[in-house]
Amino acid sequence: MLALLLLFIFGTLLAVALRADDLSGLPSDFWPTVWFTLMQATLSGALSVLLAIPVARALMRRSFRGKALLIALLGAPFILPVIVAVLGLLSVFGRGGLLNTAVGWFGGDPVSVYGLTGILLAHAYFNLPLATRLLLQGWQDIPQGRVRLAQSLGMRGMAAFRHIEWPMLRDRAPGIFLAIFTICLTSFSVILLIGGGPRATTIELAIYEAFRFDFDLGKAALLALVQFAICGFVAVIALQTRLPQSAGSGVGHTTLPVLSNTKGIGAFDGLAIFLATAFLLIPLGMMLAKGVSALGDMHGAVWPAAIRSLVIAVASALGSVVMALALCLFALSLRRGAALIDGLGFLILATSPLVMGTGLFLIVFPFVNPTSVALWVTGLVNATVAMPFILRSILPALQQAERDHGRLADSLGLLGWARLRWMLVPRIRPALGFGAGLAAALSMGDLGVITLFSDPQRATLPMEMFRLMSSYRQDSAMAAALLLVGLSFGLFWLFDKWGRRYA
Amino acid sequence: MTHRPNPPSVPWQNGEMTMKLTSLAVGLTLAATPLAAQDVLTVYAPDYFGSEWGPGPAIETAFEATCDCDLQFVTGDPLQRLLLEGERTKADAVIGLNTDVTKKARETDLFAPHGQDTSDLTMPIAWNDDVFLPFNWGQTAFIYDNTKLDTPPTSFDALLAMPDDVKIVIQDPRTSISGLALMLWVKQVYGDDAQNAWEQLAPKILTVTKGWSESYGLFTDGEADMVLSYVTSPAYHIIAEDDLTKSAAIFEEGHYFMVEVAGQLKTTDQPELTQAFMDFILSPAFQTIIPEGNWSFPAKLDDSLLPEKFSLLNIPEKTLFYSEDQAAAVRDSALEEWRAALRQ
Repeated sequence: MLALLLLFIFGTLLAVALRADDLSGLPSDFWPTVWFTLMQATLSGALSVLLAIPVARALMRRSFRGKALLIALLGAPFILPVIVAVLGLLSVFGRGGLLNTAVGWFGGDPVSVYGLTGILLAHAYFNLPLATRLLLQGWQDIPQGRVRLAQSLGMRGMAAFRHIEWPMLRDRAPGIFLAIFTICLTSFSVILLIGGGPRATTIELAIYEAFRFDFDLGKAALLALVQFAICGFVAVIALQTRLPQSAGSGVGHTTLPVLSNTKGIGAFDGLAIFLATAFLLIPLGMMLAKGVSALGDMHGAVWPAAIRSLVIAVASALGSVVMALALCLFALSLRRGAALIDGLGFLILATSPLVMGTGLFLIVFPFVNPTSVALWVTGLVNATVAMPFILRSILPALQQAERDHGRLADSLGLLGWARLRWMLVPRIRPALGFGAGLAAALSMGDLGVITLFSDPQRATLPMEMFRLMSSYRQDSAMAAALLLVGLSFGLFWLFDKWGRRYA
Repeated sequence: MTHRPNPPSVPWQNGEMTMKLTSLAVGLTLAATPLAAQDVLTVYAPDYFGSEWGPGPAIETAFEATCDCDLQFVTGDPLQRLLLEGERTKADAVIGLNTDVTKKARETDLFAPHGQDTSDLTMPIAWNDDVFLPFNWGQTAFIYDNTKLDTPPTSFDALLAMPDDVKIVIQDPRTSISGLALMLWVKQVYGDDAQNAWEQLAPKILTVTKGWSESYGLFTDGEADMVLSYVTSPAYHIIAEDDLTKSAAIFEEGHYFMVEVAGQLKTTDQPELTQAFMDFILSPAFQTIIPEGNWSFPAKLDDSLLPEKFSLLNIPEKTLFYSEDQAAAVRDSALEEWRAALRQ
């Protein structure tokens, strides 16, 4: 398993590098590119995490009707295809969007989002949901006993925050920041849609340029290495700041650690939830409205593509869960296992999809016809690329379960399969469901890496959507996008619901 | 009749959106199930080609009617794939390459002459290449909505002089074939002054997208006033949507020529069938598929055989073009000028 992952991550890079004529030559604007990549990824990660803290905290503390649905819906942007999400954002923040219409009423000058603003906006849009969900899980994982203790000690306000919530944030936030940083590090489609021009050039774009414009595999491989290096460098810094939570056991999940409940805080929570909902759901709603009005243009070829995508999504989600679980269990048996898993997760995220796709092609091509293994490769690659999210979701839950119940399980002689079945899976079920849902949805929306493996007769739904777009049929494409969003979300919802059923 | 709209030169456009989007690539086994007795002709083509809305299916049907064979398109980025595969490639022919990559393709030394007479093509420039055979062409142009823009620019100079609140969307020359064509267009019109021209254009550029589709989507969504596309783009709106509001702004300096070509591989194990395919490309059966199959001009088809409504298009009088060697010579420096001007 580990070997397979390392093959995907480094083997593909090696394959590309070996095929290159020489390994020299960085692009002329290398340093500005590195600087811009670092800056936008850092800002995007920081922004997403900082915004997510009040939202997750508010969601944790308040209970209201439809909360579960809202939490699920708030996850939707993360699984949207880039073009759909960005067109949605533009219908709110764009030149002709709601915002500028409103500004126009008051006689203001139009606001332009193109450039760094737009990039940060889009990255926050995609990643705020992820950060919120992961933080929410952090809050839920705070042991109940600790909250009760705090309550009985009469801790309130800042003191409670400092002793109960802050340690959790110190533990979780750096990792979440790093995950989002790395996602944004390899971001490429967003930047080329809303970035405004060559000022906004990232390393991933430079890799693309090396492949497409220069046909220079050596340059591409070198840039991919730089990308790994940056990710590694930032990982070291971010994880240094991390304070693992000291062991503290307690039973079950807390529901409402409302330690201070003044009016002001209630209003603040309400505002945080309201703003996040508006920010995340209005653009989505605008796109859905467009898709619904275009439903009549839904093209017949879209349906078989949708079924193909569904099958791949479910298969790769299951594959991804199995691989992630196996890896985590293996890692927990090692002394520095958690660090290994963390590192691996980030390596996968930092992998350039282009390099991975090309490398795989080079590895496979001498042995079989790449088109004939397209399905397998696609499933495997999707499973691999989705894995960091599952790892990030289940590892803390697994560690917690081991901390809380490990000794008891040991004393009962609960080992191996039985331990997994009776002790671990029930405890990590929410995390598992969430991770699998995310993996399925991401795979549905296409994490694909493999243009080189495509088979024209068997397109997937995102492929079909893009073909429609590139044949002037924007309306039909939006209808297909609606279907895509609906299916992705449906899958995510089902898996997530499974996870939370007994939680 | 397949009536499958596609913009003229989408080859890279679909490829362009790769990564997260197009790429997924799925498919179980070989596309069709050929009868054992039939010869299979494998042709590499860009992704748009094989889609239901591309010209591929119609071409496949038409060609298979002339031979007892099975024509299979393998889609993706044809040249990229060929470069990776080298002499071990299974392709018999490649279709849908653009002139910006023909030099690179030629240097692989994998291609054999096409063997066609190209003296009487219906293209605005003479064609003497005996390796790569053109099958359709068009010109780059800025498309606008004629109900919103009363006085479209009639020259590149006029475009540069427009107020900065007129917003255009263009494609990135590093990722898009049409974006590259625009870069070469500006270079040819302005020469040493190209960087200055880009600096004047910069404030009007709303954003630079990876591919044609994203730009065109922003334009039809109303985000931008003009979009870099093709002279033939309005034909889709006129014919398929009965919409006459989209027009191409015609510039007096001329418009940049874009052509897509096909080539046959030396390494093919069935040279006769491959040659038959090359012979088929310039035949009316193939060429009549192009106007509404790929929304562009056929390389060899009398004007009288074009769809009637093509006469409603604004057609430039002057065509600009760099040969592949000229383009290769100016490409890198033109890119630096573009980058420098738009970085500010």
